[in-house]
Amino acid sequence: MLDQDAAIPLRADLQQHLESCEHCEITLNTTRKTIEIYRSHELYVLPDDLRERLHTAILAKCRKC
Amino acid sequence: MAAFEKLVRQYDRQVFRIAQHIVQNREDAEDVVQDAFLKAYEKLDQFQGNSKFYTWLVRIAVNESLMRLRKRRTGRMVSIDEDVETEEGSMPRDLADWSPDPEALYGQSEMGDILRRTIQGLPPGFRVVFVLRDVEGLSTEETADTLGLSIPAVKSRLLRARLQLRERLSRYFKRRDQKQAQDGVK
Repeated sequence: MLDQDAAIPLRADLQQHLESCEHCEITLNTTRKTIEIYRSHELYVLPDDLRERLHTAILAKCRKC
Repeated sequence: MAAFEKLVRQYDRQVFRIAQHIVQNREDAEDVVQDAFLKAYEKLDQFQGNSKFYTWLVRIAVNESLMRLRKRRTGRMVSIDEDVETEEGSMPRDLADWSPDPEALYGQSEMGDILRRTIQGLPPGFRVVFVLRDVEGLSTEETADTLGLSIPAVKSRLLRARLQLRERLSRYFKRRDQKQAQDGVK
């Protein structure tokens, strides 16, 4: 979550703050969970029949180019 | 053509997902997939080998998606800069913790509806950054390059998109928690 470009002293300060601030800890944990949930749920699945139809249409158009 | 067909099979699902996230409409997403691959095929000679084919294709697909969105909104300009000046999500407001396993609170289908509804509420300029960076796994540099944004702009939008999504999801996950707590008191 933390920007990899952040300076090491800043990272250490943030880590120390997180250990003593419940609000920030909750915000960090729930934000991390938000990303995990979106990453683990494929919200828009391309069905096989539509996929084949799109392939046929794409390749037909490309052949006409 | 066989090599190009292989590329279509390799990347069609990702392009469809990204298009759906932006246009929020299945028919338009189908058109975007077709147009994006056709444009990629037509411009293959312009493809510079130093950038990955996938990020080049995503750039085409994002532009096609934004054009579709603009057409659907009867000519009103739609860009990835739209509505990004909102202050919402700059600072966390909802500081309540979530259930230890929020996904267990809802069925798979209901959870899908919640996640779709929640991300659809983000301005396009935040939504597309979150999708490319956090869902599709592009690097900050690739996301910036794909969208024509600076790296600080990508970082800023990503942070705000994450916080806005977290805030909106908290309503669902906390509400159920609160309801359960209230039920427990009765």
